[in-house]
Amino acid sequence: MADKVEFELVSPEKLLVSQPVHMVVVPGAEGFLGVLPGHAPMIVTVKPGIIDIYANDMGTITQRIFVAGGFCEITGARVTILAEEASDLEAVRGLDRAALEKQLADLSEDLADAKSEGERHTLEGKVAIVQAKLDAQVGTMH
Amino acid sequence: MPSLKDIRNRIASVKSTQKITSAMKMVAASKLRRAQEQAEAGRPYAERMGRMLASLAANVAGGPGGPRLMTGTGSDQTHLLVVMTGDRGLCGGFNSSVVRETRRAILRLQAEGKTVKLLTVGRKGRDLLRREFPSLIVASFEEVGKKRLSFADADRVTAKILELFDAGQFDVATIVYNKFKSAMTQIVTLQQVVPFAAAPEAASDTATEASAVYEFEPSEEAILADLLPRNLAIQVYSALLESAASFFGAQMTAMDNATRNAGEMIKKYTLIYNRTRQASITKELIEIISGAEAL
Repeated sequence: MADKVEFELVSPEKLLVSQPVHMVVVPGAEGFLGVLPGHAPMIVTVKPGIIDIYANDMGTITQRIFVAGGFCEITGARVTILAEEASDLEAVRGLDRAALEKQLADLSEDLADAKSEGERHTLEGKVAIVQAKLDAQVGTMH
Repeated sequence: MPSLKDIRNRIASVKSTQKITSAMKMVAASKLRRAQEQAEAGRPYAERMGRMLASLAANVAGGPGGPRLMTGTGSDQTHLLVVMTGDRGLCGGFNSSVVRETRRAILRLQAEGKTVKLLTVGRKGRDLLRREFPSLIVASFEEVGKKRLSFADADRVTAKILELFDAGQFDVATIVYNKFKSAMTQIVTLQQVVPFAAAPEAASDTATEASAVYEFEPSEEAILADLLPRNLAIQVYSALLESAASFFGAQMTAMDNATRNAGEMIKKYTLIYNRTRQASITKELIEIISGAEAL
């Protein structure tokens, strides 16, 4: 068994990260999962949150990336995340908190007014993304 | 016989046209390069999405309970054609070839007794099709990705398509666009996107690789329901990218031809100009000489 797993983070616009890592922690729809080499093949939906990359060993996080949801395909040797939107955690931390809060309030209002099921679904998604950005700023995610 | 001054003016005007076309060619070439890079960058995502979908589809296997985006509505009565053209002209046969292909598809489907609806992306396509099929256009987008095509643009178009689909407005959706082959050639392509059909090469590709059975979290159906709209967006996005690259390719070729034609024209006019000039000098000389001889 290889001691590294090939990690790829892809957005529709480009290939963001491609490197062998020791472990990645992915915010799955039903909870975080840490992926080590030799993980059982899985396909998981990713919810908005932070991906932690442990490039060398278990102890240190080498990179933290914010994703606004997506999909994750895991095979024994490879982890591929298809993200809709991804940015370095620092960039998210740098966002204006007041603006985000305002955005959240607006979206929640829209959500309350939403009529159709489909509309509600998309708005819920947007709310979750903004909420996750807020959470990421405080750093309460783990 | 045009006067010398007329010809001189004509040469000047052709020269300035040539300057414009050669500048446009240069701009198109650099935009083409950027569009190609973007298409290149988008490919990994589309590839992996296709792979994931194929392995999911294999697991769910289009039963009647599957999501409608994959299994279809059960009929193919109403077709939606998503027509992608440019916002501008001056690009050779780029827009008209898409429109021609669309017209042919519409007539074919109508002959089969199907209903056709149109969604146009790009101003030229809308203008050209509106003349002939004014009642068929249900929605149109303009200035998509005017500065730089982003995924959000594709998302907007996709949202509209999904909205129409959810409202039961159509059964089958097909994208008509120019596939980029080289700067010289673009191939008009019809690609069916709803209901989703797994690309054959992707399917055979994964057959070997995905023999490992995947676990799914949450259920296959839930993931598929999320994944299919994303996939539609990706297909729209890559079609838009191809179309953009084709547009600049076509424009570059057209402008290259225009520049060359202008060059030829200048040469021709210069020749006429010199001949006329000499003719008038000769005429004056003859007049002087015959005047002198008469004395």
